[in-house]
Amino acid sequence: MGQPLIELRGLTKAYPGVVANDDVSFAIKPGEVHALLGENGAGKSTLVKMIYGLVKPDAGTMTLNGAPYTPEEPRFAREQGVAMVFQHFSLFDAMNVAENIALGMENPPRLADLSARIRKVSLLYGLPLDPERTVGELSAGERQRVEIIRCLLQDPKLLIMDEPTSVLTPQEVEILFRTLRKLSADGTAILYISHKLEEIRTLCDEATVLRLGRVVGTCTPRKTTASAMAEMMVGETLTAPARAAVASDEIALEVTGLKARSPSPFGTSLRDITFTLHKGEVLGIGGVAGNGQDELLGALSGELRSDADTIRLGGQPIGRRGPEARRRLGLLSAPEERLGHAAAPDMSLTENALLTGAHRQALTKRGMINWSAAQGFAERIISRFDVRTPGPHTAARALSGGNLQKFVIGREVLQDPRVLVVNQPTWGVDASAAAAIRQALLDLATNGTAILCISQDLDELMEISDRFAALNEGRLSEIRPAQGLSVEQIGLMMGGAHGMEVAHV
Amino acid sequence: MLTLERRPEPNRRVALLTPIIAVVTTMIVGGLLFGALGTNPITAIETIFWEPLFGEFAFYYRPQLMVKGAPLVLIAIGLSLGFRAGIWNIGAEGQYIIGALCGAGVGLAFYPTESWLIFPLMVIAGAFGGFVWAMIPAILKTRFGTSEILVSLMLVYVAEQFLASMALGLMKNPEGFGFPGSRNLQQYASAHNAELFTGTGMHWGVVAALIAVIAAYVLLNRHMLGYHIRLTGEAPRAARFAGVNPTRLVLFCLGTSGALAGLAGLFEVSGPAGMVSIDFNVGYGFTAIIVAFLGRLHPVGILLAGLLMALTYIGGEIAQSNLGLPAAAIQVFQGMLLFFLLAADLLTNYRIRLARTEAA
Repeated sequence: MGQPLIELRGLTKAYPGVVANDDVSFAIKPGEVHALLGENGAGKSTLVKMIYGLVKPDAGTMTLNGAPYTPEEPRFAREQGVAMVFQHFSLFDAMNVAENIALGMENPPRLADLSARIRKVSLLYGLPLDPERTVGELSAGERQRVEIIRCLLQDPKLLIMDEPTSVLTPQEVEILFRTLRKLSADGTAILYISHKLEEIRTLCDEATVLRLGRVVGTCTPRKTTASAMAEMMVGETLTAPARAAVASDEIALEVTGLKARSPSPFGTSLRDITFTLHKGEVLGIGGVAGNGQDELLGALSGELRSDADTIRLGGQPIGRRGPEARRRLGLLSAPEERLGHAAAPDMSLTENALLTGAHRQALTKRGMINWSAAQGFAERIISRFDVRTPGPHTAARALSGGNLQKFVIGREVLQDPRVLVVNQPTWGVDASAAAAIRQALLDLATNGTAILCISQDLDELMEISDRFAALNEGRLSEIRPAQGLSVEQIGLMMGGAHGMEVAHV
Repeated sequence: MLTLERRPEPNRRVALLTPIIAVVTTMIVGGLLFGALGTNPITAIETIFWEPLFGEFAFYYRPQLMVKGAPLVLIAIGLSLGFRAGIWNIGAEGQYIIGALCGAGVGLAFYPTESWLIFPLMVIAGAFGGFVWAMIPAILKTRFGTSEILVSLMLVYVAEQFLASMALGLMKNPEGFGFPGSRNLQQYASAHNAELFTGTGMHWGVVAALIAVIAAYVLLNRHMLGYHIRLTGEAPRAARFAGVNPTRLVLFCLGTSGALAGLAGLFEVSGPAGMVSIDFNVGYGFTAIIVAFLGRLHPVGILLAGLLMALTYIGGEIAQSNLGLPAAAIQVFQGMLLFFLLAADLLTNYRIRLARTEAA
């Protein structure tokens, strides 16, 4: 067992303007669960794409089982026993599980034989999956199983998993980990990419930490504290956000029996959502992606209309009002998708500041735009939220994800909202920027704004929420005080293992 | 394999230069084409670009530039608003015809009364006719989700049939000895869109085109509605998030472009053309699409592009008669202009890379 399965030596890859990987070296032994840890933009994705043959390194070598390994294409990687489960699934909703798996194969066997093999592998590794079911009906966790089984059918020696738990409930994570441990016991090495430290501590044997494309450290996760790993990852000490606010009894937003049809065919319609949001309170809404989060934001922002009485802002019915009318009344929102939804990619930051700030910041007069005022507003957002950019004339798409996110959240925060609805406020943002955004939300709450925070990051929600609820298939669970909620309780609120029985391995 | 890679931020100066690069490239490649046809390329290019402006008969051609350029600019300004928002009115030609018919219809109905009120009424009728014709695709799109591209294009052919029927029937000149075509509005003072200053080619259509350029500039750069138009074109979801009502925007953009095309038709039928005839329309509505893109959907750009396009038309006609170049070669030449513009455009926003498949 002395020889490593795969060894990387001095891998380097540069893109125009950025070095994604700089002299990265590490090795993975057979059966080892190796964590690749780093913030967004640290170069994790580029590195695994090189291993999987999607990207060719500029310099450096790889060896697999002692022999040189230079995958030209993912096909070669797969032939040599390297398989990968992507964060975003490539499945056809309208086809069933077996058909989807057959599509990804070089020489697919007869569907009946394939179905039998899928059943066998899924039982063997504790990943229950019915090959006849249509993918469109599956939960995110089940879709991931399809991708994993697709990989396992190739009998991989190395399985790469890119942030696999971001779409899973805690119960589903438990099932996944059991599977991965069994695979590892059978001798399959796993390269596990994540920035969730507790997960890595429970699952992984070794960890390599990347920052700005370089290896900044290695550790044995079981013997290292989460905060020590976080500091290695970020390169600085982090302060957890603090809050002083106490929610008042005054109701800011009242939602009663809200129903909304999803505009997209595979979206989730909202069913009978009821909650109240008090002044100065942070209500956290958790849930696995695709359970109605986008639709809830749309229904509150005004992009989706509902019956007038279902949404009341300070007692006033606003269900039929559009986004601009709601903004005038003080209901502001920040959608998840930064480019194309919260901001127009090719427009400057000044123009994007105008997008939601026109009325509340008095940037227009009888329809005529005051561009210098708009630029002033953009500059205020940039300086208050430490947005790294050459200036307000820069196009939104030229900003990094984290900086644009700071801009988008800052734009709403600075407008002094009565109610602020945010969806995934720190998605894809580095740890220090995420902490700054959370702190800004908490400060806003301290000043009396009611905040609805939709997020898939449970740690974030537990950190900032007063009360917590989960979205599951378009319904809202019961709302509970966030303090003292256990992971099990949260998991059940999120829908448990999504109707799947926990398999017995 | 060749792949296109998006540039992080296109160079603004290069973006402004692309029309000039396109024109120069068209001259070079067009020159090669004319050379291959046995004509001296330099003479050909000179005939097209120099002759109408500074040649021996420039006193005749220069006013023609206004006459041909004005309708192109007027229509293209209207189209550019929709194009900016991703609303594709391809049927300006039809709106142009209906505008001309409505405007001329009002004039002919008053014949032979003389009053200064008649021409303004014709202008309103012309704009209204184009507006109504454009409302058909607009309402079908907002109500039933039909494609405005197909509907507006199909309505061009309907309008052409309508024009023929009018020229041969209802609007036929009763004193025309049975020839098709209406009375000549040039001979009806109250309805004549005459030259404002003799010998300049400057008629009310030119004035309208210049006003449209200025109004569009202010709308797009200073007004919230113009901002919403641009936002809808660049990021429709962000526009909905900002609170833009897509239905109202479709109605506004199609309505405005229809009204301006109708105006262009009215000014043409009451001025340079003079009468409703079967072949009254000469494709201004389609050429204006090229003008809109050549001018980069920018009002000032459209003004310049309209004049350039008019120049190639006039120069092309001179080249046909003086040098015996085939009409098809001139059309290819004009097509090249759009082709090279689009190519230059693509290269400012993307770069070409010789790369192995490296996509995720």
